[in-house]
Amino acid sequence: MAILELNNVSKSFGVGSNKIDVLTDINLSVNEGEFLAIVGFSGSGKTTLINLINGLHFPDQGEVLLKGNPIVGPGPDRGVIFQNYSLLPWLSVYSNVKLAVDEVFPKMSRSEKEAHILKYIEMVNLTPARDKKPSELSGGMRQRVSVARALAMNPEMLLMDEPLSALDALTRGSLQEEIIKIWSQNKKTAVLITNDVDEGILMADRIIPLTPGPNATLGPEFNVPFERPRDVTNINKDEQYKRLRNEILEYLIEVGSTRRQVSDQKYILPDLKPTMPGRIRLGRKKQKVKYF
Amino acid sequence: MKDKSIKTLKMFGLGFLEPLIRIFSGEEPAKNGKIFFTRALLPLLSIFVFIAIWHAGAMALYNSEADARIEKAREEQGEEAAIAMHECIESGDISCQPNTLPSPAQVYGAFQALWQDHQSISEKKDDFKERVSETNEQREAEGLDPITYTGRPSFLDQIGTSLKTVFAGCLLAMFIAVPIGIIIGLSPSLRTSFNWLIQILKPVSPVVWLLLVFMIVKTVITDPSLDKSFIISFISVGLCAMWATLVNTSMGVSTVDKDFINVAKVLKLNIGQNIFKIILPASLPLIFTGLRITVSVAWMVLIAIELLAQSPGLGSFVWEEFQNGANDSNAKIIVAMFVIGLIGFLLDRIMLSVQNMMSFNKGMA
Repeated sequence: MAILELNNVSKSFGVGSNKIDVLTDINLSVNEGEFLAIVGFSGSGKTTLINLINGLHFPDQGEVLLKGNPIVGPGPDRGVIFQNYSLLPWLSVYSNVKLAVDEVFPKMSRSEKEAHILKYIEMVNLTPARDKKPSELSGGMRQRVSVARALAMNPEMLLMDEPLSALDALTRGSLQEEIIKIWSQNKKTAVLITNDVDEGILMADRIIPLTPGPNATLGPEFNVPFERPRDVTNINKDEQYKRLRNEILEYLIEVGSTRRQVSDQKYILPDLKPTMPGRIRLGRKKQKVKYF
Repeated sequence: MKDKSIKTLKMFGLGFLEPLIRIFSGEEPAKNGKIFFTRALLPLLSIFVFIAIWHAGAMALYNSEADARIEKAREEQGEEAAIAMHECIESGDISCQPNTLPSPAQVYGAFQALWQDHQSISEKKDDFKERVSETNEQREAEGLDPITYTGRPSFLDQIGTSLKTVFAGCLLAMFIAVPIGIIIGLSPSLRTSFNWLIQILKPVSPVVWLLLVFMIVKTVITDPSLDKSFIISFISVGLCAMWATLVNTSMGVSTVDKDFINVAKVLKLNIGQNIFKIILPASLPLIFTGLRITVSVAWMVLIAIELLAQSPGLGSFVWEEFQNGANDSNAKIIVAMFVIGLIGFLLDRIMLSVQNMMSFNKGMA
């Protein structure tokens, strides 16, 4: 059953000659418990797409349906993990998570709340750092706090907007595994936005490429048939993996090159003659500089 | 222990003592000695150079004034009067001392005189208290106000009054500017609509604010038991100084990181929670930067305002000494000048440490 549906969604920003059509004609349906990855070039409108789903933006045309009802705004039923962590720097790890828990479970008793928060901090392996401020944490740890905050809201759906793209390759690998592990524990619906095809193949059940903007739309979907739990080293050797990866990459490169042809505009350069740069020193005679 | 004390020192703006602590803990004495020399001894040296130049300048002015007096006596009353004047100046008699820029030694003397004056006045006060204690008890039993000391305030009392005025003024500025700044900062249209008004009122001189406040307070407050001049001066100080906080608060609120706003939206915080849990903490560093400017502006305009409002304090002390024209008046004015400077510096340092405590960007926990 589709938990999330996007029907003919278009979104543009600006007015008049500054109007930019970011997304056009997006059709998407996400099933309950599915892990979907959307891959695309940077600047193609991936963040706009996720903001349409989490309710920070609204579509100009078409509709975004969550369980059959149109989305009217952000809500705790969709946990968001932002690209740049978006932790509140004046709050400790514990308080950052608590802020979300306070909001979503206002009726929970104090001790229940504490247990709930600590459970999720434990889940992302941050118990030793629970009283630290975000500025004292590494990038990977900060993103884990963000994951804990999103999960502690107990959302029906997890939206991840390039959650790992700011991290180094090693941290990224270990966090990918952790997110998958957490996801497989409670099988929430998850939508991952990424610019890394490998990350998509490793984590998702289904990959849909987003063509480059403007007028970005979704391309054909690719199913990822590998068994879970997936192992990075095994998958890397797999022929099927290589084929899938190449197919997606070829598709992305192809749509990328057509975009370049479309924007093939001639620029006329002004006819300027360069002048010799002379050095000017205050209080001294202008020195003649010999260049040749 | 060492690192902790260095951190504490830095927070209070005493970072120049850091190398000294490192030397005493035996850490690279040569390098830290050099750092201590540049950071603590050089500023001290520059102060000594300043005092030396001041002394030389004061001497030159003294001599030229003395010569002028002798010359004047010679022209008006002849040679004998000139010699008498010369002797009189040499002897250090108060009646014929040249009245000009006081030398550092004179200023130090005036400082000591002021200190002794303070002690004698405190003695008088204690004495007075003892004498009226019984009467006061009686009066209290009868439901009357106790008799208070109404003698001349000492220099230190006046510093206290000035600090009280600045404190009240800054509190007033904070209570006006921070809420208005938050409200203005939250809405772009409010911000643009108030922008011109703020820009026009911001550069208005403290004297004009004082007159404006005087016009209003004079009509509003008719109760003679209230200290009207204090009320007028602290309100004017607050009005002069609040603009920095107002502008900084509205700027801080309007430039809260968009990510934080998104978090608030995703969590569906209501407006009150949004302000107190996201917007206010996020803009606290800028608000405190504004308050720091407010405190230094308040201290600066205070002197001018006290001078005009006849409110007791350092400003009126300076003015009274100037009108007084006694032999050591000029030296007392310069003592007041240094005291004003030092207290301003201390206030700024206090605000700086508060500001550092409030900022979360530097990773200070």
